[in-house]
Amino acid sequence: MTDMIRANGLVKHYGEVKALDGLDLAVPEGTVLGLLGPNGAGKTTAVRILATLLEPDAGSAEVAGIDVVADPDGVRKQIGLSGQYAAVDEHLTGFENLDMIGRLYRLGRKASRLRARELLERFDLSEAGDRPVKTYSGGMQRRLDLAGALVAEPVVLFLDEPTTGLDPRSRTESWKVIRELVKEGTTLLLTTQYLEEADHLADDIVVIDLGNAIARGTSDQLKTQVGGERVELVVESTSDLARTEAVLAEFAVGDIQVETHSRHVSAPVSGGADALIRTLRRLDENAIKVLDVGLRRPTLDDVFLELTGHAAEADTDGADKEREMISQ
Amino acid sequence: MTEVLDVFADGAVVTKRNLIKIIRVPEVLVWVLISPIMFVLLFGYVFGSAIDAGGVSYREFLMGGIFVQTVVFGATFTGAGMAEDMQKGIIDRFRSLPMSRSAVLFGRTASDIVYNVLSIVIMAGTGLLIGWRVRTSILEALAGFALLLLFSYAFSWVMGYIGLLVPSPEVVNNASFMVIMPLTFVANTFVPLESLPGVLRTFAEWNPVSAVAQAVRELFGNLPADYVAPDVWSLQNPVLYTLIWVAIILAIFVPLAVRQYKRAASR
Repeated sequence: MTDMIRANGLVKHYGEVKALDGLDLAVPEGTVLGLLGPNGAGKTTAVRILATLLEPDAGSAEVAGIDVVADPDGVRKQIGLSGQYAAVDEHLTGFENLDMIGRLYRLGRKASRLRARELLERFDLSEAGDRPVKTYSGGMQRRLDLAGALVAEPVVLFLDEPTTGLDPRSRTESWKVIRELVKEGTTLLLTTQYLEEADHLADDIVVIDLGNAIARGTSDQLKTQVGGERVELVVESTSDLARTEAVLAEFAVGDIQVETHSRHVSAPVSGGADALIRTLRRLDENAIKVLDVGLRRPTLDDVFLELTGHAAEADTDGADKEREMISQ
Repeated sequence: MTEVLDVFADGAVVTKRNLIKIIRVPEVLVWVLISPIMFVLLFGYVFGSAIDAGGVSYREFLMGGIFVQTVVFGATFTGAGMAEDMQKGIIDRFRSLPMSRSAVLFGRTASDIVYNVLSIVIMAGTGLLIGWRVRTSILEALAGFALLLLFSYAFSWVMGYIGLLVPSPEVVNNASFMVIMPLTFVANTFVPLESLPGVLRTFAEWNPVSAVAQAVRELFGNLPADYVAPDVWSLQNPVLYTLIWVAIILAIFVPLAVRQYKRAASR
């Protein structure tokens, strides 16, 4: 498989702040790469460089085999970009927005109109198509923005935090649309600070922090890297806690945690579901009543905490600085 | 050659988009139409009754100044429009498209000519109602209006550049106020130059706004018969002096604004 996106050693400074510090990326054709990191990690800077909005200070990048610095216009013909803020004109109708983008891609008058109607239909905006965008809900605006990125049927698509600020229902809708796109073979680079989103949409995940990749792999690989499934259970009676701990000790591969007041017991195990079943069987034999039980695999939150030493949602000073610098 | 055609084609698409906004945002249209009327009536009656412009009806003298001030203020639309598009991420979208790099600015400045034509028509109409007349020929009058549009067009590029530099449309409005107020008041727009003291007078004499006002007064025939222009080259040759300014402003600010557009980062 050829790489549709390839970045080598991208460096970008904003004054003193290093937004990118030698980032390498490779996205094979038809796959989805999730660029995951907190605010200020350098995700947006990476997308802006790949989408030709920004030139790197050092390093190189190719999109669809075209160098982003040497031939930015060539790249622009191959890509679609949908940004963090809905870049649609609120005074135009949905149709006018898409038609305008088509004209600027030089599709021609007729083809632009046709394409605009087609996309409105596809993104479930037909009825609202002739209303000014400012009457749209947040989710509708975001869908229109996404449609705008697809006008010229790009082979490579960049989505910069496509669901930031959306309510859960709109987010789920957006995910559905994005998954459909990917099925058709579009190569997608997606940035997100929602671990759940990367887990849902991306084939591969690159975790970035302070301008550099700190981990790569599939969602499962990253979770394995952090290690540790845990059996977690809540027992009915406090008096059962000691016996429960004894049972868990048979399977535990590490320290067992017991929280007396919540009657919550958890232990790291290996063997996944099998370990859970055997644990339950032994608890049953001991007539211990269990209220709640589960096998908890590490979330990407855990991954992030493990890799960076700080939580994913944390808004670091560096983050604020990066945004400040961008705005100058 | 194809590049020039691309600028026109893409510029036209952007112009159309901006013009749709005139219709969709009535507040803007109202401002465009009402403010010139307000300017003419306010200055015409408040100042017009108080100041002696030396023989000619002061109201008639004022019209040239009001015309210039209004179109210079009109250039603020360009700056505010660019800043708004930056702020909302629309410039990012444009910059990710394989379109001409200067089309957004050319499209914006072109649509603002339409704003300025509208406000000139309204101002002239209001002026006629309060007694202002063109006392020369149609051709000279058209030349006067063309000069106003040309000057405001050049000034649009200055404001467009500023719009790409600042963080929000509000800043454009405030910043431009600080520049445009002195520029349009320390001039012969509302008072005869003779009434200004030393340094202010020199500034006003070489202020391009004075030259434009002087030029349109001459072209509209709004100066007294015995009027003698101040003995400075700028006001002896106001049309030429204005054109030189237009050329200089465009030569500096078109490339500057386009360069800023290319490197502009969104906020």
